[in-house]
Amino acid sequence: MLRYVFRRLLTAIPTLFVIVTIAFFLMRVAPGGPFNQEKGLNPVIKANLERVFHLDEPLWRQYLYYLQNLLRGDFGPSYNLPDFTVAELFAEGLPVSLQLGAMALTLALVIGSALGIWAALRQNQVTDYAVVAVATAGSTIPTFVIAPLFQLFFALTLHWFPVGGWGGGAFVNKVGPVLTLMLPQLAIVARLMRGSMIESLHAHHIRTARAMGLSDYSVVIRHALRGALLPIVSYAGPAAAALLTGSVIVETIFSIPGVGRYFVEAALNRDYTLVMGTVVLIAIFTVLFNLIVDILYAVIDPRVRYD
Amino acid sequence: MNMNFKSWLVGTTMLVMTATGAFAEVVFNRGNSADPESLDPHKTSTVYEAHILRDLFLGLTTEDAKSEVIPGAAESWTVSDDKKVYTFKLRAGATWSDGSPVTAQDFVFSWQRVVDPATAAEYAYMLAPVVNAEDVTAGKKKPGELGVKAVDDSTFEVTLNAPTPYFLEMLTHQATYPVNKANIEKFGADFVKPGNLVSNGAYTLAEFVPNDHIKAVKNPKFYDAANVKIDVVNYIPTEDRSTAMKRFEAGELDSNDDIPTEQLADLKAKFGDQVRLGPYLGTYYYAFKTDKAPWDNVKLRQAISEAIDRDYLAEKVWQNTMIPSYSFVPPGITGYETRTTDYAEMSQIDREDAAKKVLAELGYSPEKPLKMEIRSNTSENHKNTAIAIQEQLKPLGVEVTYLNTDTKTHYGHLEQHGDMDVARAGWIADYKDPENFLALCKTGTGNNYSVYSNKEYDDLMAKAAASADPAERMKALSDAEAIGVARDLCVMPLLYYGFHTVVSNKLKGWEDNVMDRHPTRFLSKE
Repeated sequence: MLRYVFRRLLTAIPTLFVIVTIAFFLMRVAPGGPFNQEKGLNPVIKANLERVFHLDEPLWRQYLYYLQNLLRGDFGPSYNLPDFTVAELFAEGLPVSLQLGAMALTLALVIGSALGIWAALRQNQVTDYAVVAVATAGSTIPTFVIAPLFQLFFALTLHWFPVGGWGGGAFVNKVGPVLTLMLPQLAIVARLMRGSMIESLHAHHIRTARAMGLSDYSVVIRHALRGALLPIVSYAGPAAAALLTGSVIVETIFSIPGVGRYFVEAALNRDYTLVMGTVVLIAIFTVLFNLIVDILYAVIDPRVRYD
Repeated sequence: MNMNFKSWLVGTTMLVMTATGAFAEVVFNRGNSADPESLDPHKTSTVYEAHILRDLFLGLTTEDAKSEVIPGAAESWTVSDDKKVYTFKLRAGATWSDGSPVTAQDFVFSWQRVVDPATAAEYAYMLAPVVNAEDVTAGKKKPGELGVKAVDDSTFEVTLNAPTPYFLEMLTHQATYPVNKANIEKFGADFVKPGNLVSNGAYTLAEFVPNDHIKAVKNPKFYDAANVKIDVVNYIPTEDRSTAMKRFEAGELDSNDDIPTEQLADLKAKFGDQVRLGPYLGTYYYAFKTDKAPWDNVKLRQAISEAIDRDYLAEKVWQNTMIPSYSFVPPGITGYETRTTDYAEMSQIDREDAAKKVLAELGYSPEKPLKMEIRSNTSENHKNTAIAIQEQLKPLGVEVTYLNTDTKTHYGHLEQHGDMDVARAGWIADYKDPENFLALCKTGTGNNYSVYSNKEYDDLMAKAAASADPAERMKALSDAEAIGVARDLCVMPLLYYGFHTVVSNKLKGWEDNVMDRHPTRFLSKE
């Protein structure tokens, strides 16, 4: 197993390299540059700026510089926020996004799974229909609708929570963003769990277990759940990578200082180094979580072996 | 749940406040559309950082609550007879936030830093009137050759290329603020970080969490600290304007520098006179590509301009947060006579008839339409403006199409003078002088997107620049606008900008002004 993990991590290096290369050159194809703005710059001043940031050098040399720095773990300075390096921006923002993402994911998995199992055990009964209906609604209402509704109702009408802001990480400031991030995930998890649980309950080994007179609890939790977990795990991997790296909509609406906003902001600002940093960050998270999913497969399903 | 939760919240807040001894502190939560690009005053360009830097630093001159120039770090100054040499007497006893004195040498160091190509200051041109400034920025001369001198510790002398009546006004801009040499030498580029930054303004930097807040606290060493009433300013970036309005309503913000104009009616109903609207020194315009047929024809440009119903744009598209404009230089600059296009006073129906006639003469009609593409940067209101113009021009035989691209693509295209028919742009004044607008239409200027070039215009601008007599200078500028804008439409003015802000009733001393500048030192909060 360790050998497998090691091999997978090794193959991640060329993957990251390809991603970085494609992203680097694709970004430069986009018209305009970091120093184009409504008040155009005097050509002399623009040339000075480009010299300071090495943008006046041939593209291949800029690419080599970037790779060199990246290997040393240096993401470079942000073009549009020169007071910060990309690493500093991540150091400030990533913990925020990680906290919100992890809370939302955990809640979505626990509550979603519970709801899904509950619905599966009462298939085609009122409870089941209710869960399915709520789950369908939950996964179709977009976050940019949920978030303002939360603000209107819980912040402006009931005054339970602040409208926005991070508040230094205060609990009350996290409720809205976490709920908004969680709801669509919860709905998807509940639906997935319901479906796979129903299938799992019809499996031969479950019938055998029941025939052997095992208790309902034992059948569902110890035997059926195991098989039903696989689709959830496959889903949770990429979902975790996406949630933990932040959401531009939730962060903008709740004024949260996470890294999710950089995906869009940096691209629009042609903040080349920040775009690259974000690409690398997401790539690492995606590779990592896909690996975790594969490892979990082996843990959950004894038939899966990687050696 | 409601009560329990509330009492818990109040309890914790009280606990925190007692623990920090914060009861007496006056805190101003100031919504600001975006985070600053930088807190290095020499590396900034937008109004968002200007709002913050105005509180942290103090230039030679500064602005009062109404944005009129008043003495800043210089308590007085004299101007030579030829109006080219300014001698500033620095405020006696004024210090930096670390206690060291603010000296003339600080200004020499700072101004040389601004024009130094290695600094790559975007606003280096704010010092362009100073002798040798442009050559230093272009790398042709050394920073030491800039026309500035420390006569003694408290006397700073500046030599200008030509009499520049708006020079004192320019000195309110952040690009001319002093920075502390020892501070920069100690920390390098990190001198702007909280804990490092030494400044000479009414406030000092305490915290900067990107996309969350910037906290500035009152500087007890500021020369006028006794009259500064707000203890803490939190600049809160409010990218999402709808959220900003909700935060204002909930009391989380005391002011915000922008509002979602499409919600204006609702906001007015909800907030009453806390919604502030008024003229702002800026112009929203379209630029024709004047070196390309058929747009090189002034008659055609004028006919299009004449047919556009600006009242409709201001009222329906912009909810009266903008003002119809027929000149490039907005009203509100003392001593300047704005020159408008000659149909400014005509009724819209008469204008349309006149325009229709011209277009017919040029051979265009609804059957044989003139094709015109409007380019703009992406924004709902830019799009709505273009669509309204499309409808207004259709009966005249002009077939308008619309192309929007993101900001960087748009301005990148304009900067390279790429192919186009007409493009949207805007200009917000850096300082209160017509020259700041009209310089745009000079031959070869970077922001001259219409590639307009006219010798008569350039000569008038040069005449104004060389003139020592303020009245004569204003006359030359006014004449230039009459030719370049009113006659030739080097830019086609559509609307004057208006400021639109929300300001809490609790906040006192907020004076509406055409620059929409409000230094925190003149505000107080109940």
